[in-house]
Amino acid sequence: MPTLYDKIWADHLVGEREDGHCLLYIDLQLLHEVTSPQAFAGLAQAGRELWRKEANLATPDHNVPTDNRAAGIDGIDDPVAREQVVVLDDNCRRHGVRQFGMLDVRQGIVHVMGPEQGATQPGMTIVCGDSHTSTHGAFGALAQGVGTSEVEHVMATQCLAQSKARNMAVRVSGKLPAGVYAKDLALALIGRIGTAGATRHTIEYLGEAVRGLSMEGRMTLCNLSIEAGARAGLVAVDDTTLDYLEGRPLAPSGSEWQAAEAYWRRMVSDPDAEFDSSASLDASALTPQVTWGTSPEMVTGVEDATPNPRRATDSTEADGIERALAYMGLAADQPIAHIRLDRVFIGSCTNARLEDLRVAASIVAGKRVASSVKQALVVPGSGLVKQAAEAEGLADIFTAAGFEWRAPGCSMCLAMNPDKLLPGEHCASTSNRNFEGRQGHGGRTHLVSPAMAAAAAVAGHFVDVRDWL
Amino acid sequence: MKAFRRETGLAAPLDRANVDTDQIIPKQFLKSIKRTGFGENLFDAWRFLDEGDIGLTPNERHLNHRFVLNQPRYQEAGVLLARRNFGCGSSREHAVWALLEYGFFAVIAPSFADIFHENCFKNGLLPIRLDEAVVDDLFERAQGDGGLELTVDLEAQRIELPDGGEIAFDVPPSARHKLLEGLDDIGLTLAQAGRIRAFEASYYQRRPWLRRGAGAPEEAAP
Repeated sequence: MPTLYDKIWADHLVGEREDGHCLLYIDLQLLHEVTSPQAFAGLAQAGRELWRKEANLATPDHNVPTDNRAAGIDGIDDPVAREQVVVLDDNCRRHGVRQFGMLDVRQGIVHVMGPEQGATQPGMTIVCGDSHTSTHGAFGALAQGVGTSEVEHVMATQCLAQSKARNMAVRVSGKLPAGVYAKDLALALIGRIGTAGATRHTIEYLGEAVRGLSMEGRMTLCNLSIEAGARAGLVAVDDTTLDYLEGRPLAPSGSEWQAAEAYWRRMVSDPDAEFDSSASLDASALTPQVTWGTSPEMVTGVEDATPNPRRATDSTEADGIERALAYMGLAADQPIAHIRLDRVFIGSCTNARLEDLRVAASIVAGKRVASSVKQALVVPGSGLVKQAAEAEGLADIFTAAGFEWRAPGCSMCLAMNPDKLLPGEHCASTSNRNFEGRQGHGGRTHLVSPAMAAAAAVAGHFVDVRDWL
Repeated sequence: MKAFRRETGLAAPLDRANVDTDQIIPKQFLKSIKRTGFGENLFDAWRFLDEGDIGLTPNERHLNHRFVLNQPRYQEAGVLLARRNFGCGSSREHAVWALLEYGFFAVIAPSFADIFHENCFKNGLLPIRLDEAVVDDLFERAQGDGGLELTVDLEAQRIELPDGGEIAFDVPPSARHKLLEGLDDIGLTLAQAGRIRAFEASYYQRRPWLRRGAGAPEEAAP
């Protein structure tokens, strides 16, 4: 019996190409300024057109500055970054692609903007030239990150040429304890199965803890599927999904909604569906997670300590631990709570939605960022998240506590814009990658939930946020 | 795309697991609208001691002489020997463009991350998966005196070693055919355009709510 992935695959399978590749029909492609210019150029070079322009939706996010935004594109000081945003603008105009530009309140991180607009819908196939496209799997949509050649391929043919992945079930029993969130669940899973644990698989997240997550939580969980090696992660459709979607600008309404709903309700795995592999976790046993190293799998509970290479299972792992500890400026067996922070970043496609900001604000309300912390940034995921957070008073809470309240974009998650770490600085970050230099040359990233980042900003070092609730 | 049949080159051993695409080509070099110009900054944060940026040329920089690709014996290497989960992380195809432009025609590792693996085939960089024990052996030889020159024969799916030994490898038949012929992927799919149109006709009839898509540009918006 089919899994959810099998169903979406079958519904989008156009056929097989003569060389054996399957052609999978793509409903939606999200575009941004960094991985699309070469694809548009390739299209022009070959004299090709977009196959279906209304299947594309664009917004600049990766390199846009998070301050001085009233000036729009002219406010981008970096000439090479500016050129990418200008070129995206030109390409969208020339090809008739809808874009939320820098001055549009709907502009934001592609993976926040798409769901927020209702562009992301159950049963869809979605691609974007960004690995965190897996985020949209929260809606029971098959969403995959692709390279620029594939971006161009989808532009020109509305199809992806690929082979089917295997099915992996991740079953999460129990309920998440207070102070433990979807981010902790995802990091704990990656710690368990490793960053290659789900390579060549599509993950489906199942179980009580997953059903109990909000759409925001499910997006965080699916977002991090790629850090477990899976190109896509899925959560089956239920009332939570439909409640979120209803009334969004691009969601269907009236009789179309009813037709859509009947289809969407089928976007679940059959009860006796077979998976090629599986992993399981008990949510109730989880604690707040903190990464200590340079790969998302280098993670442990806040109550724990850094590992010791002497206890590694093989020499490749021991080398990896030693190298990571050296890069991070940490000792073996060092308590996580002793790690002092220079900067705090609350943002990214992983954790910059309204729910994330609410949780973080509830922790910092009435408190102050520690004087030892040089900078604490809050970067909302989209202009609409920013607007809603301001209307609720969250922005005031953050600024009163000493946080900087910025404009939306990817920002310090990958530091393509001016927001970055200096060499040697430790950052508590709600983003998704703690790779060497990811947040700035020589920077040291610790991935945590928004609540943990907020508490760390106030304490100046990691603390167990469960003690603050 | 250039066809790939048979290539010979020296192997450079990059002895670490989970090498991510942020290391292969750091983010500051992604601020380009071209597919070229990335080779110079391959593994930038490892090859150089100082922070690189667009516009800085290598002779203005401080080389990290300890990094494997900077060692004189591995200059002109054509095969990158790597450890498990090579190419994880970001989907940036710039990583593959950088490896090719630097001079690599193949990467050998026990495993690759999915998106990177796919991106390789789209550009004619050959990713070769071999058992961990076989990779261990190649590392030992590449690090030994005299290094290791490899001939990669895609047609025969075989690596030829200097001592006459051979290692067989597998590449998905569809990808192999495309590489051998240097075929244009989009052209192959567009040969099926009629089929895609026919699929769409019935697809949107059954799912009318999807027809509108993301909509058209709003002219009034800035």
